[in-house]
Amino acid sequence: MQYFIQQLINGLTLGSIYGLIAIGYTMVYGIIGMINFAHGDIFMVGAFTALIVFLILGAMFYSVPVAAALLIMMIVSMLLVSLYNWVIEKIAYRPLRGSFRLAPLITAIGMSIVLSNFVQVTQGPRNKPIPPMVSQVYNVYGVSISLKQIIIVVVTALLLVIFWYVVNKTSLGRAQRACEQDRKMAALLGVNVDRTISITFIIGASLAAVAGTLFLMYYGVVVFSDGFVPGVKAFTAAVLGGIGSIPGAVLGGLAIGFIESIWSAYFSIDYKDVAAFSILAIVLIFMPSGILGRPEVEKV
Amino acid sequence: MSTAPLLDVRNVETFYGNIQALNGVNVSVSEGEIVALIGANGAGKSTLMMTIFGTPRASSGTISFAGTNITQLPTHEIARLRIAQSPEGRRIFPRMTVLENLQMGASLDKLKYFDEDVEKVFTLFPRLKERLTQRGGTLSGGEQQMLSIGRALMARPKLLLLDEPSLGLAPLIVKQIFDAIRELNRTEGLTVFLVEQNAFAALKLAHRGYVLVNGRVTMSGSGKELLADPEVRAAYLEGGRH
Repeated sequence: MQYFIQQLINGLTLGSIYGLIAIGYTMVYGIIGMINFAHGDIFMVGAFTALIVFLILGAMFYSVPVAAALLIMMIVSMLLVSLYNWVIEKIAYRPLRGSFRLAPLITAIGMSIVLSNFVQVTQGPRNKPIPPMVSQVYNVYGVSISLKQIIIVVVTALLLVIFWYVVNKTSLGRAQRACEQDRKMAALLGVNVDRTISITFIIGASLAAVAGTLFLMYYGVVVFSDGFVPGVKAFTAAVLGGIGSIPGAVLGGLAIGFIESIWSAYFSIDYKDVAAFSILAIVLIFMPSGILGRPEVEKV
Repeated sequence: MSTAPLLDVRNVETFYGNIQALNGVNVSVSEGEIVALIGANGAGKSTLMMTIFGTPRASSGTISFAGTNITQLPTHEIARLRIAQSPEGRRIFPRMTVLENLQMGASLDKLKYFDEDVEKVFTLFPRLKERLTQRGGTLSGGEQQMLSIGRALMARPKLLLLDEPSLGLAPLIVKQIFDAIRELNRTEGLTVFLVEQNAFAALKLAHRGYVLVNGRVTMSGSGKELLADPEVRAAYLEGGRH
């Protein structure tokens, strides 16, 4: 039983990171109907930015409180990665809006390759480790919970609350949802649709940057190709939860996290990705629009 | 009339691909007027309404509002000049509540006058108050029509464009909506440009009217004149009279 709870905690940690990335996929899909395949690499750039900030902080100061260091890493990463995603949307996706549906998808794959190769060339192809930032582990009734895991879950929960508030209670979020439901009508009411789409990319990038920072802190290592697998898993999470649905993305992220950690614990760890994707396939057979997704056809 | 019209559409042509929808349309609406545009299905009435908002863009001709040329302005900036539209198909945000839909209408002023204005809308359409927390997509057709007009009014428009406000509504509600338009025009001087298939009701309400046939204005005159015109009667009124 303790072993099982242990796996649930591991799954929750992993699922939090997937969920944060998945929101970016689902929001962009919701508003412009495209899968931003570069989003996983945006997450990787976020992790690398955090790494660079970590090294700079380490070189400049003799010691920095861990909480402060993490916060600075997150903020710098959020700013820089938002800038990346904002530029990508502007130069690679916006000119293709109104083009055939596959066109932005292809450039998104192109941007994904550009980002990972850019990092490979500028940062080198090898794993970049950092010394452990947080190492406390607590033992609760035989279940060990590390402070790292607590940080990840708490930061994710906090961000989700802020994010939920912005989307549901502010005029920015209202404009965002309006564009998602009827872009033309939103413009007729004075909403600047292009700006709203830019903001969506910035919000998605910010969440991915935090996920990247947490990923670096958790695993203590990052490499240029790290955008791919977590990116695909987060995308899977978004589809599993129902693409376009924000709560669905979080739910899907947690589901993938739980499936992976429980499979790894009781079955072969080598097949954990196979398990996650198999369950995706099975769920989609019975619920084609995902757990919380709405069916394509809508009463008008 | 000596003053320049509030809305002036001159020689406007609009295309959908190769198909010409508007062919040199001239229409003007002066401040404080109610102007009706009548015509059959596919005549280009809704196209004109949307062309005023630049979506689709007029390929030639000019559209000016309060003396400013708006032909090439982005759609959201045209809306910011206080032109509001209740468009064809109503275009209610289906997954937003009635309240949120009305808030979207008031977003130009960042909800500054929301409480005050929403009460006015509730006076016109008390039904909306009862449905406040319901999602737009679950409303009946008539309720959506009321919401669409209410949302447009929330923008405090100088010019209100109404595309088929009577479509799909029970005669009693049509009368209620037309009374409301007349009332707003009389008490607040609201300028209204409406498109209607219900030509009789529209021409009775309007000060002036235009007849659109295949993308061209073929006739114009006061509401009374058009109502009395034998051609108009034959084409749009006989048999269609409520």
